[in-house]
Amino acid sequence: MWREIWLVCRKDMIIEWRARVTLVQIVPTVLLVLVVFAFALDANPSLLGAGAGGLFWVAVLFGAVLGAKRSFDIEAEGGNLDALRLGGLVPAAILWGKAAALALQLVLVGVFAAAGLLVLYSVTVHDWLLIVVAGLCGMAAFAICGTLYGAMTVGLRSADTLLPLLLIPVAAPVLLAGTRAFDVALGTSADQGWSWTALLAVVLVTYVAVGWAAAGPLLEDA
Amino acid sequence: MGAAVAFEGVVALLDRFPALAGADLSVQAGEMVCLRGPNGAGKSTLLRACAGLVPVRGERAEVLGFDLKAQRRSVRPHVGLLGHRSPLYGDLRVDDQLRHCADVHRAGVPEVSAAIERFALGGRLGEVAIRRLSEGQQRRVALACLTIARPRLWLLDEPHAGLDTVSRDALDELLADAVEAGATVMFATHETDRSRVAAARQVMLAGGRVEPTAPVSQTNGPTDVA
Repeated sequence: MWREIWLVCRKDMIIEWRARVTLVQIVPTVLLVLVVFAFALDANPSLLGAGAGGLFWVAVLFGAVLGAKRSFDIEAEGGNLDALRLGGLVPAAILWGKAAALALQLVLVGVFAAAGLLVLYSVTVHDWLLIVVAGLCGMAAFAICGTLYGAMTVGLRSADTLLPLLLIPVAAPVLLAGTRAFDVALGTSADQGWSWTALLAVVLVTYVAVGWAAAGPLLEDA
Repeated sequence: MGAAVAFEGVVALLDRFPALAGADLSVQAGEMVCLRGPNGAGKSTLLRACAGLVPVRGERAEVLGFDLKAQRRSVRPHVGLLGHRSPLYGDLRVDDQLRHCADVHRAGVPEVSAAIERFALGGRLGEVAIRRLSEGQQRRVALACLTIARPRLWLLDEPHAGLDTVSRDALDELLADAVEAGATVMFATHETDRSRVAAARQVMLAGGRVEPTAPVSQTNGPTDVA
């Protein structure tokens, strides 16, 4: 099982290395979202600083939608998903391999988005550990969620619109908890940052459990 | 040798449409069978059903001894399927793709090297992204992957499509070699000349059912409706 997960993850990472879609398309889109928000809020430093945590997670969520769509587009092309299944790979291995690759790509997106916050919004980080832990939990949760819905919509003609429609509402708890944790880490809120991070971890564990249960039905006849 | 495929009254529904409507088919292990019939006859669905990729019902549906009604997933590692489109990742290089196939099917370097040699995929071609290859070259990569997988049952849908004459002959030779090595081959084609050269037995499909068959040597003239 671990070998199969590694095979799928490595294959997706090699594809990313060759095509550089995350770096050349998704990261610029995410940075553009941050810039557009800055324009929309009239480049008001206090407003941007107060909303920086939320804007980070909104931008990364857009990145997750694009990444999840891309992740399953490459499987739908030419019947590659069938080829993986004929290789004897179990659905769970395909799902977790793809989720792991998407999580790694989202970490890259998150690093650039965080750099964008520091440069464009002039925010100051008060708790780096909280940023890193909450960020990793959130990216992993987005990746699992995105992979599940990517698997659900693969091959559908309406996948382009259906994926964000399904993914964004379900990712709302991550958006909420991640924003609160980042607000604390950026010093714009005196809330309990680690409590929100714990909630993020609970959401992540829930998504993992749903993923284990849903992998078979989703990928068996996708 | 026993039956590689034993179908009796097999039904396969695609979006409630009976793509297979009571198909009866028996293919012996080591046999080469050419599936023929008009578009929509159920050839592709029959191949996908044999690969365990389509749920089936019916009196009997066994492939390589696996009951497809109960253990559809178990037959998959023993089967190689090449559909209309080549199952390749456009952004991978040819050598990446072959390595991925080898890893998935636990094949070693000798198998990969043999496939590269057989389909002339070595040298600079190995470093080219699959998206940049011609349709025929992509087909060759897909066939190389199939060779690396070493399936017991080869299922090919229009395998000659997009190939030049040399590659078509090489494919016929590959299929003949596979049968000689003990594998079973089923392929669907609309190309009469290829079905005559390569196949030992023709199976006609129409309306999701298998029609009575005759040895190739006894058939006269093209019978393809498509």
